[in-house]
Amino acid sequence: MNARLRWRKFVSNFMLAMTGVCALVSVGVLFTILGYLLFNGGTSINWDFFTKLPKPVGETGGGMANAIVGSAKLLLAASLLGVPIGFFGGIYLAEFSGSVTASIVRYAADLLNGVPSIVIGIFAYSIVVLPFKHFSTIAGAFALGIMMIPITLRNTEEFLKSVPRNLREGAMALGASKSKTIVSVVVPAAYRGILTAILLALARVAGETAPLLFTALGNSYWSNGWTQPTASLPVMIFNYAVSPYEDWHRQAWAAGLVLLGLILIINIVARTILSRGIAVPRS
Amino acid sequence: MQATSKAGLSVNIAASTGVTKGESHAALPMRMTISHLNFFYGTKQILFDVSLGIADKRITALIGPSGCGKSTLLRTLNRMHETVTTSRLEGEILLDGQNILDQDVTQLRRQVGMVFQRPNPFPKSIFDNVAYGPRINGFKGSIAEVVEKSLRNAALWDEVKDHLHKSAYELSGGQQQRLCIARALAVEPEVLLLDEPASALDPISTAKIEELLVELKNLTTITIVTHNMQQAARISDFTAFLLTGQLIEFSPTPHLFTTPSDPRTEAYITGRFG
Repeated sequence: MNARLRWRKFVSNFMLAMTGVCALVSVGVLFTILGYLLFNGGTSINWDFFTKLPKPVGETGGGMANAIVGSAKLLLAASLLGVPIGFFGGIYLAEFSGSVTASIVRYAADLLNGVPSIVIGIFAYSIVVLPFKHFSTIAGAFALGIMMIPITLRNTEEFLKSVPRNLREGAMALGASKSKTIVSVVVPAAYRGILTAILLALARVAGETAPLLFTALGNSYWSNGWTQPTASLPVMIFNYAVSPYEDWHRQAWAAGLVLLGLILIINIVARTILSRGIAVPRS
Repeated sequence: MQATSKAGLSVNIAASTGVTKGESHAALPMRMTISHLNFFYGTKQILFDVSLGIADKRITALIGPSGCGKSTLLRTLNRMHETVTTSRLEGEILLDGQNILDQDVTQLRRQVGMVFQRPNPFPKSIFDNVAYGPRINGFKGSIAEVVEKSLRNAALWDEVKDHLHKSAYELSGGQQQRLCIARALAVEPEVLLLDEPASALDPISTAKIEELLVELKNLTTITIVTHNMQQAARISDFTAFLLTGQLIEFSPTPHLFTTPSDPRTEAYITGRFG
């Protein structure tokens, strides 16, 4: 074997090893976080955590029932705002707009996606909180909903565009109008991808803390309604983690674990629903 | 191959049709009439002054080398060319004496159905695929009956009747293509356009499709694009030969393949180019 060939084999093996190591590191980071969370959160989690309100400083025990419900309400309301706007906007972008309009909207959506979440929080504060003179669940959901719009919009567009042209032509050749083709063939063919994108958007905003700090604020008790401040898991984690109390630190870990669990459950449920439909095979 | 091709084809035709001349085109009623058709994509002209009659309840084949415009010609017949925004069409295409360009395009496509090169079933069940056309067209009546009838007409019923609610993608390629034919037949089109319907299929599936098309002649008028000359020779009644956007020759199939009147047709069918 000559030197040149040996060198090339060495480079090949070295690069292969490098890519493998990098892949391992990226997976490793995830599993380290998961393991750490499971270990710390798992030891402090108990039934009370799901059913009880937080205890005042100095008393041990208690739970975060109000934050779990608060987070659920925030995500629900945020989806009601962000998903329809993103979804229908994505349909317009993929199916109806001219290339100039599309590129402007696409660019704007990408910019919106890149706006720091704390800025979105300030925006929601000045638009919703100030006029009503009240921190509220609605204000928090408004901020999170805005963050969901660009993710849903761009992904809806991408998945609709990836529906093969011959499916559209098949429907049109049977006398389907453009809108009928979209409703009855294109969206059904893309809905798995779109739903996955919506879930990703949901998972992304579920962990957002900054936009909630001055919109939903926080609450040590049950929220009195949609127009009142509410506790949420991320804000609770933040407040408890920066506190000087050992017991609160453990509660924060438990809250982190629950947040992760919630996202996992959403994912599993969605995938179960998805597996029932008929997917377009990749060709 | 090249030296024997013409002779081989002649034998095939004599064997398959039993006649050598074919029936006269002029004596037949026309379902569609294309006159002086010029077609453009942007500034590029694809078809030049094409005039052609599609005879009722017959199979008309469009042949020619790649890029000759045969698929484009087919797609103008149900105005599928309009999906490309830069396309432009001059001339006249009549369906039952009416200009198709004046008709509502969705209505036209119900009358002139289309089957594509690659099977394109929807991501739905076998049943829902066939039921799609009748459903979107507001069909009142028994959908199940229409589905069964269409699948029978497409020679697919016996193979799928026990699993109508399975995904259409579980069928083989040939079955998927017959499903697409069934789907097109479900709206009872007056004309069925097929764009190289067997080019993605194996020989056995191809034979089944060809056999099916010959049977469907009784039901509907068929226009088929094919790059397979033997296929055109086997199944069609009339054949149009196109070259660089021009209609070179249009004759009864046996006539075109045995005694072509244009030297370019002869050169093509004997395999000297294309």
